[in-house]
Amino acid sequence: MISWLVPQASTSAQHIDWLFTLILVTVGFWFLLAQAVLFTFIVRFRRKPGNSAAYITGEKKEEKRWISVPHAFVIVCDVVLIAGAIWVWKSVKQDLPPADERIRIIAQQWAWVFVHPGPDGQLDTDDDVRTVNDLHVKLDTTYHFELTSRDVVHSFSVPAFRLKQDAVPGRVVTGWFRPTRRGTYDIQCAEICGIGHALMPARLTVETAEEHAAWYGSRSAQGG
Amino acid sequence: MQPAHEQSFWSRYVFSTDHKVIGLQYLFTGLFMGVVGAFLAYVFRMQLAFPGEHVPLYGVVTPLQYNALVTNHGAIMIFWVAMPILIAGLGNFLIPLMIGCDDMVFPRLNRLSYQIFFVSTVLILVSLFVPGGGFGGAWTAYPPLSASAQFNHTPWGAPLWLIAVALEFVAFLLGGINFITTVMNARAPGMGPMQIPIFVWMVVIASIVFMASVGPLVAGAIMLLFDQLLGTHFYDPKAGGDPLLWQHLFWFFGHPEVYVVLLPALGVVAEVITVFSRKKLFAYKTILYTSFATGVISFFVWAHHQFVAGIDPRMAHLFTITTLIISIPIAEMTFAFIATLYGGSIELRTPMLWALAFIAEFLIGGVTGIFLGANATDIYLHDSYFVVAHFHYTFFPIAIIAGFAALTFWFPKMFGRHMNETLGKIHFWGTIIPFNLIFIPLFVLGAAGEHRRIYSYEHFSQLFTPGLQNLRVLATVALVVMLLFQFVFFYNFIRSLFWGEKAEANPWRANTLEWAAPSPPPHGNFAEMPTVYRGPYEYSVPGRPVDFWPQHLPQ
Repeated sequence: MISWLVPQASTSAQHIDWLFTLILVTVGFWFLLAQAVLFTFIVRFRRKPGNSAAYITGEKKEEKRWISVPHAFVIVCDVVLIAGAIWVWKSVKQDLPPADERIRIIAQQWAWVFVHPGPDGQLDTDDDVRTVNDLHVKLDTTYHFELTSRDVVHSFSVPAFRLKQDAVPGRVVTGWFRPTRRGTYDIQCAEICGIGHALMPARLTVETAEEHAAWYGSRSAQGG
Repeated sequence: MQPAHEQSFWSRYVFSTDHKVIGLQYLFTGLFMGVVGAFLAYVFRMQLAFPGEHVPLYGVVTPLQYNALVTNHGAIMIFWVAMPILIAGLGNFLIPLMIGCDDMVFPRLNRLSYQIFFVSTVLILVSLFVPGGGFGGAWTAYPPLSASAQFNHTPWGAPLWLIAVALEFVAFLLGGINFITTVMNARAPGMGPMQIPIFVWMVVIASIVFMASVGPLVAGAIMLLFDQLLGTHFYDPKAGGDPLLWQHLFWFFGHPEVYVVLLPALGVVAEVITVFSRKKLFAYKTILYTSFATGVISFFVWAHHQFVAGIDPRMAHLFTITTLIISIPIAEMTFAFIATLYGGSIELRTPMLWALAFIAEFLIGGVTGIFLGANATDIYLHDSYFVVAHFHYTFFPIAIIAGFAALTFWFPKMFGRHMNETLGKIHFWGTIIPFNLIFIPLFVLGAAGEHRRIYSYEHFSQLFTPGLQNLRVLATVALVVMLLFQFVFFYNFIRSLFWGEKAEANPWRANTLEWAAPSPPPHGNFAEMPTVYRGPYEYSVPGRPVDFWPQHLPQ
């Protein structure tokens, strides 16, 4: 459902969209059922002359079934949704797959600084490439990111990746993503961070290994 | 009951200790702040629909102002509208009447509560006009942004905002103590725990939840104030503090707070639907126990606001489980309310329309909460407009829809006159239809990845598309239409206050004790203090000539 609105550009996107659809179908069923019963009752039991209301306490066992049976089904649905949520969360968030490359992301008022590992694929070497508001990653490569903030709480958000992680000053949070689709996408700051909160739009470019190498080359040609 | 002595204007309306006057003071203050909060929403929605344009009645919105507008809209609507109207306003006015006593047990404490609340109201309004402007760090006030003017650029606005919020908490703590003690000690003879109207129970449970959850946040707020003003470093990681500490303290209060306002709203709905369907409340005890369960579980869900905040990922599972579990008592209560309608004789008067709309709309708020309580989908939806739409589908029914249900239902009791029914229905439809047209587009925008608290999306190519911009305009136009329809309400309200048709003591033929008092009830409430003989919802009892059986009538 989400993919109608935002492309799926990472492995996590498919998992999260699947869970979204699962929840939508489950709660959608309950929602429609409850509304249907509610409106049926409103129409059917409208006041008519000569008709009086029934006296039902809802305390008798056969009456309580009206709510205890749906109650049991709600619990079953909750169990299914909890299991789905735990499974997706484990696979997109809790378990980090081995990294092919690492990047560093530093948030500040009001810009994103990205440290790319450079052609050697290693951080903290001479060929690291630092950019502002411009992140380049390779297709089908598992990245670990180290996210931190220089000042206030920001949030690194890439809707196309279904990725969001707060950047907290004083902490380095490690996360991961694996791009699956070429293109350029929005990076947002999703936690209010002051006057320039709307002015932290960075660009994410997902490219092939060749394009990525060429981009590194163009950076060093500029002396960047 | 000794006759009320002659009172001056000041002692009668300003420094009164009468629970009804204090209730109405809270109610009118809440309504006034509702107008303020609505105006703030109007300004920032106009900015979103027409970025950078001159907003009529306001001017051009700057980013700093935009942040202050959304921050104070949220804080005002929750702390200065929902709480004063639903808990303090209705609670004060109704509790002594519904339990059959002449006043709260601590009338002076009650007056102090409103006076502190009044000071907090003045402070929050003043904070919008101080140098640097109002605080703009969101109603959640996360540090380090909120802790230092170096980051938030509001050296006056931030501390004033925090002091105002803290004072508001103090006011409601005093009020809560009063509610709980009064209901424990001052019930009419014969009113056992199971004869108490559900609304009264709900305010009591809400007060207990509020009192138990707000303590840590008051401590947290004082630490934040010290960080702002005295240069302490409780939340400053550079000096060994921790910004996440605030988030835990805030949400440990913040999520129970949702139920603090939800429960009284559900209580209002219970009172209204039983009267207008002439039915006994379905499964009173189940509703009561599910309310207790909701109150207890609400203390174990707070970290679902922090799934992506940098907490240990394993902890998220626990909070997903508790969050989905809390859907069970709430769902059960909703089923009981719907079941109450079964076999009824439903009359769609204005209060009933509001109460039924509450159930229909709150269902949307309830089910969309599941998407956010599930940790994995929350990664995507967190801090998006999906969240905004979700909680407006809970808070709007709570504060506005249940608020109007209560106002239209108890208006004859409060003021001794009827509101106009036709104008009431025009106002109802003119509010409900645009309400859905505001927030359904926001669900779509949120699902499309639109993030919150952004004053212009022009720099986001995936969000600044014509299709999504049209949705923003639709939401804004619907908001303006909805706000215009509120003039119908205020016209009806003021006109009915002075020229409405006179109401008798029990115009709705209801059972609870407040309808045994004259309309409006005098100082001291009841001509003869009532005794209770039965539960509050004995409607349509077989074998009786009339379809209601007031609690205070002997066999």
